[in-house]
Amino acid sequence: MFLWVIQRDLLLAMRRRFDILTTLFFFVIVVSLFPLGIGPEINILRTIAPGVVWVAALLASMLSLGRIFSNDYLDGTLEQMLISPQSLSLLVLGKALAHWLITGIPLILISPLLGIQYNLPLDAILILALSLLLGTPILSLIGAIGAALTLGLRGGGMLVSLLVLPLYIPVLVFGSGAVEASAVGLGAGAHLSLLGAFLLIALVITPWATASALRISME
Amino acid sequence: MAINWFKYSSPASFYTLAGKMIPYFSVVASGLFLLGLYISFFIAPTDSQQSEAYRIIFIHVPAAWMSMFLYLIMAIWAAIGLAFNTRLSAMIATAIAPTGAMFTFLALWTGALWGKPMWGAWWVWDARLTSELILLFLYIGFMSLQAAINDPRRADKAGAVIALVGAVNIPIIYFSVKWWNTLHQGASVSLTQSPKMATTMLTGMLIMGLACWIYSIVVILIRTRAIILERERHTVWVSELQGSSQ
Repeated sequence: MFLWVIQRDLLLAMRRRFDILTTLFFFVIVVSLFPLGIGPEINILRTIAPGVVWVAALLASMLSLGRIFSNDYLDGTLEQMLISPQSLSLLVLGKALAHWLITGIPLILISPLLGIQYNLPLDAILILALSLLLGTPILSLIGAIGAALTLGLRGGGMLVSLLVLPLYIPVLVFGSGAVEASAVGLGAGAHLSLLGAFLLIALVITPWATASALRISME
Repeated sequence: MAINWFKYSSPASFYTLAGKMIPYFSVVASGLFLLGLYISFFIAPTDSQQSEAYRIIFIHVPAAWMSMFLYLIMAIWAAIGLAFNTRLSAMIATAIAPTGAMFTFLALWTGALWGKPMWGAWWVWDARLTSELILLFLYIGFMSLQAAINDPRRADKAGAVIALVGAVNIPIIYFSVKWWNTLHQGASVSLTQSPKMATTMLTGMLIMGLACWIYSIVVILIRTRAIILERERHTVWVSELQGSSQ
């Protein structure tokens, strides 16, 4: 059932391929705007690169949160999932992971290219991709709570950002911190371990919170 | 002591109880405020390094205490409301949020006013300042979520979920901001190494803290009463209440 949800969401996403590309290009455009705003000074760009890429990843992941539940909510599938005998937490976990596969993976794959744009050294680029690999699933998992709570509300998109962005802060701090720490020679191990720990906590807690949020929203 | 505590979990009886409690607490709060302000302006000695400017501490620190404490209380009431499905608990949680946000804002504002003469900057990206700012965002998120939902029961429960998720996250956010700050070492301001405080200063601060606490209780009770009236306006007891007051 868990795999079925992931498979189904991926299939649906593949039918509307342009949605995936929109998120990806949003990410690329936001990252490319910073040099235009700040100036092409290569040293400044290199120091701000991890933060810029991470903030753009936060925004890109957040803006696509509406897609996790809203279509299923509109066509009634979500209601069927709620009354099915399967554990709702597990279904929700599947949907969050599908969201990560659709939005997170493309961001990770394109991030080395953006790192080169910002003249990051090769090992920093690797750490950046690695930190995104550990961090973006957390964004999808936490974001699912916000998406479930704002289901069917007017102005849901803006509201989600208010709810979810403060909760994203630890991921941002340690994600960009990992790249910076490796750049100054401290080693990124500690930051990456903490990101991994957050991921494990989020995997345990958030599906449960999202499931109860969905039940509240669908009452 | 056989007090039926559950009696007051009904909005109708709580409404009367709160109405009786508000005057007493108001008197206590005003008295404590007067006493605390007297100590902080006339009795507490002038600081050797910061001269008179430090006196803002008497409102700054209590406001910061209350901002964190009220979030915790709000999350606890929200959790009780979610677990036992009691309407009143959720109403109290809703009533706490604006006061908590007000104290958070006050702590940030007085902190800025204090920071300018002491550090020469209105704002530094210190761990405590940043986490206080994030706390303000959490309050605002809670309030705007509740404001966006028309159905009060759904608003209560959705607010409870986000309050609890926020409460779980607060320690994580606090420590991540702290480590972020030590990694960057930007502003070399240390808030933790405060000089030893005179006893009168501490007394003044504690009394002001207590005053803010009682003040919060008064305001929250008043706001809860307003919420009860709004939500129960179709019930018999509210219309009887209106009839008797006319």
